[in-house]
Amino acid sequence: MSYQFNWSVLWSGQSGNWLLQGVLTTLAISVLAWLLAVALGILSGAMRTVPWKPLRALATFYVEFFRNVPLLVWMFFWYFGVPPLLPRGAQDWLFSHRAEFWAGMFALGVYHGARMSEVIRAGILSIPRTQFEAAVAMGLTTFQAYRLVIVPIALRLIVPPATSESLNLLKNSSVALTISVAELTFQTRQIETYTAKAIEAFTAGTVLYLVFCVGIASIMARVERRFAIPGLIARGG
Amino acid sequence: MLDFGVIVSNFKFLIVQGLFGVGGFAGGTLRLAIPAIALGFGLGIFVGLARLARSRWISLPATLYVEFFRGVPLVMVIFWIWFIIPQLLRLPIPEYGVALTAFVIFEAAYFGEIVRAGIQSVPRGQVEAATAVGLTAAQTMRFVVLPQAIRNMVPALVTQMIVLFKDTSLASIIGYMDLTKAAQIVNNREIKPFELYLFIAVVYFIFTYSMSRFARRFERRLTTA
Repeated sequence: MSYQFNWSVLWSGQSGNWLLQGVLTTLAISVLAWLLAVALGILSGAMRTVPWKPLRALATFYVEFFRNVPLLVWMFFWYFGVPPLLPRGAQDWLFSHRAEFWAGMFALGVYHGARMSEVIRAGILSIPRTQFEAAVAMGLTTFQAYRLVIVPIALRLIVPPATSESLNLLKNSSVALTISVAELTFQTRQIETYTAKAIEAFTAGTVLYLVFCVGIASIMARVERRFAIPGLIARGG
Repeated sequence: MLDFGVIVSNFKFLIVQGLFGVGGFAGGTLRLAIPAIALGFGLGIFVGLARLARSRWISLPATLYVEFFRGVPLVMVIFWIWFIIPQLLRLPIPEYGVALTAFVIFEAAYFGEIVRAGIQSVPRGQVEAATAVGLTAAQTMRFVVLPQAIRNMVPALVTQMIVLFKDTSLASIIGYMDLTKAAQIVNNREIKPFELYLFIAVVYFIFTYSMSRFARRFERRLTTA
């Protein structure tokens, strides 16, 4: 093996700037998609509990169909498939305002919204009904029961799986490179193309992803420990 | 304006070539997904058991392995293998080999966590009881721990298999001819993106949804048994 390492390609020329742009784009698309995913997750999660069947069916269809199809297919669908069906004016606006970014954000958010919905639903379903009944028996109103009992427990149950789902979203934002969103993986590829230094370029990208994922995971683990109710939720140790 | 005739006229190429991988091009979603699931799970069992090993020399590398691959996007792992292994070995590796290697290495980390959680979910008292009635360590594993562990693992295991099945679409990034790539090729000729991508979405859905239905049925049978 006669590979010549040259780590300076990562900060000489354009590379440093590209990496920074990549990180910023990855964070921007992830945060926006995360907001969309959480909103859709809560909405569809709530819709699946209402007593009106068509609404329930609609929410179930959304969750099952969107989370069971590869994200890459959704990227292509929202970027190549949908815009041609829009009115002319909307198309023009979109393609002069970074259409690939919005399509990627939308694909990521709608896909993870379906997965987030399952996380939220599982959290709510795992609270025994007796908790609510006990709260009402103690003389709390329905609103108080939710505010003081159900929601605090549900949030603690939901945070761990929601964290790992959010990290999945962050990692999955790399799929947006297929529709040429200039996020971190895309920029890493670009550095590789310009410098022909594959190991250095991919190491930089890999380390950056690891920093974000491990960093967020450890912060959330601390949050979990801080708010754990003794004896209620078994803590991994 | 929508024209689903494009699906009918390219049906054979999309399904026979893209999904099953029978035909002129080497490829196919199923030809990649099935070995990737089997090998990834196989390696995952070792990773999971290694994490539970008493010796730090075994458990620490396994933990690092899992934490590393769970913190990196799959696309990145595919690129690592696609660009770097050929440079190091100085020989070209076909897309199939690259994709299969990347999936097995990457998914083994996730399967390993499932195996570990499954084994840990068996209460300690079960092992003690088995020892008390005179079973050896191997017998305890074989007759007491594993049957219960596998039962607990099934839902997560199937979910992970579905994830892997969907992830095989990423092999199209490096040019592997799977269902997604086949749709791209047809689209380049016919320019019917909405119809084509919706169609392959439905095809993927049929597979993943029936896997999850099957898992649910299987789970129910295990819990009543």
